[in-house]
Amino acid sequence: MVDPQPSRRAPDAKPTHATDAGPTHATDAGPTHATDAGPARATNAGPGRLLIAVYILFAIAATSRAGLQIATKFDEAPVAYLLSAVAALIYIVAAVGLARAGHTGRRVALACCSVELAGVVGVGVLSLVDAELFPDETVWSGFGSGYGYIPLVLPVLGLLWLWRTRTRTGSGTDAPIAA
Amino acid sequence: MTGAASAGSPVDGLLATVTIGLSLVLALWSLVAAVRHRPPDLAQSIGLGLLEVALLALTVLALVAVAGGERAGEPGAFFGYLVTLVCLPPLAWVLARMEPTRWGSAIVCAVCLVVPVVVVRLQQTWEVVGG
Repeated sequence: MVDPQPSRRAPDAKPTHATDAGPTHATDAGPTHATDAGPARATNAGPGRLLIAVYILFAIAATSRAGLQIATKFDEAPVAYLLSAVAALIYIVAAVGLARAGHTGRRVALACCSVELAGVVGVGVLSLVDAELFPDETVWSGFGSGYGYIPLVLPVLGLLWLWRTRTRTGSGTDAPIAA
Repeated sequence: MTGAASAGSPVDGLLATVTIGLSLVLALWSLVAAVRHRPPDLAQSIGLGLLEVALLALTVLALVAVAGGERAGEPGAFFGYLVTLVCLPPLAWVLARMEPTRWGSAIVCAVCLVVPVVVVRLQQTWEVVGG
């Protein structure tokens, strides 16, 4: 509530863009707009939207990779490919959780980011200790080195963002339940 | 007959280089905008449009080469990357429209950094023959 749209946009928006983007934003974010106004800070605006964008990119990358691997050569490394599929699913759910932004979305995102962090660290350690376990690359192999270590950084940023938006709302995290 | 369709890879020529260059310039431009607290501007929209045109042209080149009897090293991955690639600029544009703040520019920057990587992967999946 302390963060209405105009004040967030006013200082940096050009006049033409503001008028042109105004209605789009309102209609585009129609359903989420209501939850946007509930807690003081939503997870799906500002830096959160960048985070969602990166999650979407990774969801696409992991989904297509896992899909292709499972479809064409599943027998070669079933564990690695199933893990890729699980990672893909987590990226998708995390993106949706962050985008939905409500109390549930926040919890879903929190769970996903935690599992993701555990996964990328766990698989990273395991792939170092025992390379036989993952004969083919997964998104999380070598702490995500195949993807510029972004899989390692992403859940940390996600958790930081959830924490930051949470502190802004203070004790009001339970408030949206009433709605 | 040194054209893209006859010898070598259809996705590894001047057009691919121009696409990568354009994407990197756009990434830099958006980064500057994000640092300066500027929302996505018209230049970024035009840049994304040009990038999309370049990627579609790349797709046409690849399809022409395939129609001409050439084969990608890893066809499945190749077309997966191609489809993804063509979807990236519209994705950036839509997300940037939803976020008319500096973070919208940051989204354009992030996507424009991903495009060159995917183009390079595209080239690799065309060339890889043995594995």
